[in-house]
Amino acid sequence: MPDFDLFLLPFLTGLLFAITLPILGCYLRLRNEWLAALAYPHAAAAGALAAHFFALPPTLGGLALAALAGAGKRLERLKGDAAYALILLAGWAAGILITSNQPLAERLGHALFDGQLYFAERTQFITALLASLLALALLYRLSSRLLLAQLYPDFFRMRGLAAWPIHLGFDLLAALLLALATMIIGVMASFALVFIPPWLAARRAGTWRNGLWIASSFAGLAYALAFFVALYFDQAFGAIFALSLILLGFVVA
Amino acid sequence: MTPPLLRLHQLVAGWQQPATAPLDLSLEAGEIVGLTGPNGVGKSTILAAIAGRAKAFSGQIERRPQIRISLQTQEVPPMLGLPLSGQELLALTGASPQGLPPWLADKLDQRLDRLSGGQRHYLALWAVLDAPAELILLDEPTNNLDRAGVQHLVGHLRERAASGCAILVVSHDAAFVQATCDRTLALEAVDA
Repeated sequence: MPDFDLFLLPFLTGLLFAITLPILGCYLRLRNEWLAALAYPHAAAAGALAAHFFALPPTLGGLALAALAGAGKRLERLKGDAAYALILLAGWAAGILITSNQPLAERLGHALFDGQLYFAERTQFITALLASLLALALLYRLSSRLLLAQLYPDFFRMRGLAAWPIHLGFDLLAALLLALATMIIGVMASFALVFIPPWLAARRAGTWRNGLWIASSFAGLAYALAFFVALYFDQAFGAIFALSLILLGFVVA
Repeated sequence: MTPPLLRLHQLVAGWQQPATAPLDLSLEAGEIVGLTGPNGVGKSTILAAIAGRAKAFSGQIERRPQIRISLQTQEVPPMLGLPLSGQELLALTGASPQGLPPWLADKLDQRLDRLSGGQRHYLALWAVLDAPAELILLDEPTNNLDRAGVQHLVGHLRERAASGCAILVVSHDAAFVQATCDRTLALEAVDA
């Protein structure tokens, strides 16, 4: 029987992402940018590995490269659907090259892809808490503008308002939040949280607000279930979590 | 003397190259003007140029400073697969549900992608039409509307104009233009 008290902080840290990432995912889905859920984590993983290679803090490297990718996506040459595919491939290729040339980086590479939630400590919890609160506040503030920009893209220009701060702000928020989640819960668990609950919400919800609640609460429940199953049966959390989301998703959808 | 809300002076508009014949137009508050003409003369391009989407290659576009413009294009907002209700859509643009036809007013709580094509089109149009604005630009607003929808639209456009709004309408629907507009301008082809 595992000592559940020992895993309280890791559980709470992951729960914060389980609540916040699906809401971010709803807006990524709105913008047809769900591939960002794979692209930014790959950029973050490459940044963390590169930082490790140069003996710098991996978290800083991951956040910096993901933010750079988010801001760089606004370059004229990178605009459009191809941007996330390019970021994903570049991040994956850089990660592979670093891990194959730096044996010590290989362990970090595995940790980034599989997640290292069970090792989350107080620092990670506080970082996740602050990041989640900031992300939720920003998304609440940006919500109607993001919806408007998608449905009536001319609205801002005709009112003499600039739309680029909204897009850039959202891109940076998505990049940083996904990078942080990658460092703690791993690439695939982050992807699952950004993709599956919003997909379910899009099928089931009657209103946008209702959709955000459905995505977030569904992910929170699936996360709690997966965390205890993985811990009790001593299995890899990321894989159990992805399977839980898929199975529950099929039932609810 | 107050200048018109919108004045076009010998405007030639286009996307990559000039696509319209020079156009002069003056639009006052409370006025509804129709732009007509055969396909390809650049009616939609003129609206796009006024809204800042297309390029003005020559001539001038003078708008009264600080006016708010609403534009309805022929592109349907991407609502399919989106859990968004009619009420939420109207709230986004600041449009009021008051004045909606009864066949739509009681469907505001439904998801937009679960409404019929005509109902969805009218709500998307209403969100533009009823948003706070001094100048409204409409591009083929009667597309996808049945007779009841067109009739209601005519009445609401007259109400908006009576409240001081200027409206410029592009339409190939001659009966609608005649019923709605105070005057019409027929655009000519570039090589005419």
